[in-house]
Amino acid sequence: MDTETAINKLTEKFIADTLRVVLQKGRRAIVTIRHTAILDISEYLYKSEGYRFIIASALHTRRGFEIYYHFSFDADGSILSLHVILDKEKPHIESLSNMFSASNWIEREMHELFGIDFLNHPNQEKLLSEGNWADDVYPYRKEFK
Amino acid sequence: MSRKTLIPIGPYHPLQEEPELFKLYCDGEIVTDIKWETGYNHRGIEKLSESKSYDQVFFLVERICGICSTSHPFAFANAVEEIVAVEITDRAKYIRSIIGELERIHSHLLWVGLAGHFLGYNTVFMWAWKYREPVLDLFEMITGNRNSYAMFKVGGVRRDIENSKIPAIRKEIAVIRKKIDLLTGAVMDDPVIHARTKGVGILTRQDIIDYGAVGPTARASGVDIDVRRDDPYAAYPLVNWKVITAQAGDVFAKAEVRLLEMYESASIIEQCIDALEKMKEGDITLKINEIPEGLGTGRAEAPRGEVFHFVVSDGSNSPARHKIRAPSYTNIATFKKSCIGQTIADATLSLAAVDPCYCCTERMAAAYDNSSGKKILNANELIALSLKRTSELRKSGTGHE
Repeated sequence: MDTETAINKLTEKFIADTLRVVLQKGRRAIVTIRHTAILDISEYLYKSEGYRFIIASALHTRRGFEIYYHFSFDADGSILSLHVILDKEKPHIESLSNMFSASNWIEREMHELFGIDFLNHPNQEKLLSEGNWADDVYPYRKEFK
Repeated sequence: MSRKTLIPIGPYHPLQEEPELFKLYCDGEIVTDIKWETGYNHRGIEKLSESKSYDQVFFLVERICGICSTSHPFAFANAVEEIVAVEITDRAKYIRSIIGELERIHSHLLWVGLAGHFLGYNTVFMWAWKYREPVLDLFEMITGNRNSYAMFKVGGVRRDIENSKIPAIRKEIAVIRKKIDLLTGAVMDDPVIHARTKGVGILTRQDIIDYGAVGPTARASGVDIDVRRDDPYAAYPLVNWKVITAQAGDVFAKAEVRLLEMYESASIIEQCIDALEKMKEGDITLKINEIPEGLGTGRAEAPRGEVFHFVVSDGSNSPARHKIRAPSYTNIATFKKSCIGQTIADATLSLAAVDPCYCCTERMAAAYDNSSGKKILNANELIALSLKRTSELRKSGTGHE
């Protein structure tokens, strides 16, 4: 199954939650979804389709907080990135760590560096700066003029 | 009611040459829970990268790890080249793969040595590190540096491997192959190593999938993933090699995978230098004027597993966001599975089995006379000596036997 077919299958299944699809260079796809659907879509990718969670990366942009969840499909070497845009004031999203442990650390890290709240995370403690950094200062946030 | 004892490993401990604190909660000899504190050495490289130009980022990411120092530039180059949508020249592809595979050999030798050391089997430690030295000499001959080779750039590599050096490289790889034979024979047939590593620190296939572990850690548990084959880059699709896997998931299986992988690496290097010899020298880089706006994901198979770089470009001179995931980030988390239920002695070995990233690039020193305390050599003299040695190596080949 090539990347395009896989993406079509995904977007058909979650048509109401898919906002935008960008296919680039054959084996890469970025699918922007509603952040409320992250659990369902990740569960579909991880459990039904056999994708592996690589990592997530958060960004602070003028649109608010964005997260890219990168999934790898090792059978054909493709990377599918689920893209969500979160609230500017109180960024929050459902945690994936109850489904797989691979996201446990990175969610803690994003919480610590960007101040994004991961709902139902089993243990949302600081990962990097335990006890050495102020609680409400988030070093990776940007200031936009 | 039994009392739980806390045994700290770290933050500074001979087992980890980088600071990290593991707290083993033990009931008698048995580890019942494990917690860790990390971030002692957080350098903010992702944030720093946003303030560097693309050319400078290569030098920055090269310093993330002192052992697999080329895997980060490798993945970063793949990510940026995806944004630019260029394909580098074949010669540059072969050179990149040669550097990547030489690095795998020296990294795996280093791990085998350390594993031997943790077992109390220091002969293995001394052998492995002795045989690692010629690999570093090869690096010095090819790149001028033992570690942090500064070979990568967007669109190619910075230095060519001259065809006149190829016979010396070929000879050296043959020597290294013999040494690997010796070491593999010694490790795989040794009853003490069997007793200490078989059935220890087992990670099941499900554990690997759950934690998203990668590299030899995953392949030793029968999870057949390798970015070099799955998401081909550089010269890997142009040469013949196979992915090594094992099924047991214990420390022995991880050692087995790493030892056998070194043969594949040697074979890849041999095929690459054969191909280089048939090509014209010099065609190693493309001129890239600017990095357009876009997103790029780049992967490379480091000795420890998949390195992942995600670069967001806003069309300016430096990345708008640069996310880096090193393989140890997912591999270290598997300790929770591999250590609980083990004895303390086995737990430390299980920690070492995923090869958490070490740094051993320190080479600089001043020499003092023991009796008088007088300085014999200063830094400049040492640098001059080092340059002299590099030029000698480049002239004569490495000459280890």
